[in-house]
Amino acid sequence: MLRRTIDILGDFFVFTGQTFYWMTRGVTHRKNWRLLTPQLYEVGYKSLPVIMITGAFVGMVIAVQAVEQFRAIGMEERMGSIVNLSVVRELGPVLAGIMLAGRIGGALTAELGTMNVTEQIDALRSMGVNPIRYLVAPRVLACFFLTPALTLFADFTGAMGGWFVSVILEGIAPGPYWDYTQQAVTTFDLYSGIIKSFFFGAALGLISCYSGFYCKPGAEGVGRACTAAFVTSFIVILALDFMLAQVLQDIQTAFFGFQSLL
Amino acid sequence: MRVAKKTDNRPLIELRNVSKRFGALQVLDGVDLSLRRGETTVVIGESGTGKSVLLKHIIGLLRPDSGEIWFDGQRIDTLNEQSLVPIRRRMGFLFQMAALFDSMTVGENVGFPLTEHSGLKPAQIDEIVAEKMKMVGLTGLQDRTPGQISGGQKKRVALARAIALDPEVVFYDEPTTGLDPVRADVINEMILKLKRELQVTGIVVTHDMVSAFKVGDRIVMLNKGRIIADAVPDWFRTCDDPRVRRFVDGRADKEDLRALEVG
Ligand SMILES: Nc1ncnc2c1ncn2[C@@H]1O[C@H](COP(=O)(O)OP(=O)(O)O)[C@@H](O)[C@H]1O
Ligand SMILES: [Mg+2]
Repeated sequence: MLRRTIDILGDFFVFTGQTFYWMTRGVTHRKNWRLLTPQLYEVGYKSLPVIMITGAFVGMVIAVQAVEQFRAIGMEERMGSIVNLSVVRELGPVLAGIMLAGRIGGALTAELGTMNVTEQIDALRSMGVNPIRYLVAPRVLACFFLTPALTLFADFTGAMGGWFVSVILEGIAPGPYWDYTQQAVTTFDLYSGIIKSFFFGAALGLISCYSGFYCKPGAEGVGRACTAAFVTSFIVILALDFMLAQVLQDIQTAFFGFQSLL
Repeated sequence: MRVAKKTDNRPLIELRNVSKRFGALQVLDGVDLSLRRGETTVVIGESGTGKSVLLKHIIGLLRPDSGEIWFDGQRIDTLNEQSLVPIRRRMGFLFQMAALFDSMTVGENVGFPLTEHSGLKPAQIDEIVAEKMKMVGLTGLQDRTPGQISGGQKKRVALARAIALDPEVVFYDEPTTGLDPVRADVINEMILKLKRELQVTGIVVTHDMVSAFKVGDRIVMLNKGRIIADAVPDWFRTCDDPRVRRFVDGRADKEDLRALEVG
């Protein structure tokens, strides 16, 4: 069991290394660019609606939860700070990452898994084409760059969702709502959310492609790989979030000192 | 056009004591095999004896646990993927399940090796694709997707793709399995034609004995990871080794039937 886990981790790191090698080579070789465009469309454009809906609901839910508490202490005008900070710094990136692990990761694992069990990956190799360069690098690259881009959209609709509940439904004055938001949410908060989402994108892309690339034979193998890839991506995103939150918090405190939200 | 060196007697492909196991399953167990230029060698054997595994070793898709594989005077089982590219360009592989790329049209599939390796312009590639499609008798199907053609057509498209770069060696993994006898014979004729006209060295894995006798210059029988017979086709018609007879005549023996009774 332990031996197997170590073997899989070893394979995964080799796979990651090769993917990064071909990702960097890919940028410099024009021939590889045409492989990237369909992936950008698939990962980016097609995920946009679902990401924006996710963001909007996150913002609305936090606002619904927060409004009672803030009202009880008579500080509902300050709500914008906590709602928007949560969206931009934590929930936007994490939930967008998890949403993409399902939406994109599932599709990637199923696609590469099917190619694996029907010998299409072997066929590529037999024709002297490196499948990591041809299949994996453009897909991981698309996840790496588009997860942060999509997170920005989730942040935006999240802020709109929070505003809708707080200002439109709960009648909080918009002026103070945005003033307190501006005070609380710094550029660093926005960056730290985006920095995290680069990691989430790389993780979900690599895990999903790896799972498909090495899945067991048959339709059953592909199905299992999809489930395993999603569960793994999910856990890894949460674990990365925990570690990065810690690191980014330390950096922020070191550079800007402690800031109270209230 | 390539010049076939008829006088060259060195084997083009050589396996020396090749063994391979997957977990507890010993699939190849000390296989020695030499393949001569311009000949078609047929590999027969029951399902699951490792025929596909044998082919995949020669093109470097699998690595032996022990033993050596040589191609045209060069040891290839130790080469990395990058160094195998020039060797693989001299080989074409027809996969058992065709392995066409679902995301591409039939024409793009056939043209794929050219797009990747030849540096030709799209119009020139289209011309070669049309020529290869004509060779396999599927003119005009270029714009279909693999999902829109029949199983037999897929195999023929896969063959067109395998010969797109005019390879010296073509591996045919069960080229006639699942085809009706007429379609199967079309494939047999194609294998013969490639040998005759382009001096292709062929390796045909099959359990279709009609096909084996028709296309083979030589037949090799694999059983439980070892080569148990290696001779000209006529020898297989008369030999009296029970394991060979049973397979060639397609007769189940007492042991096979006992399993049926118990089951
Ligand atoms: N990549 C692999 N991993 C594990 N087992 C394999 C692999 N490839 C083939 N096998 C096993 O090796 C045996 C021989 O397979 P194969 O060469 O496909 O048989 P066939 O003679 O029918 O072509 C089978 O039992 C198969 O399950
Ligand atoms: Mg086989």
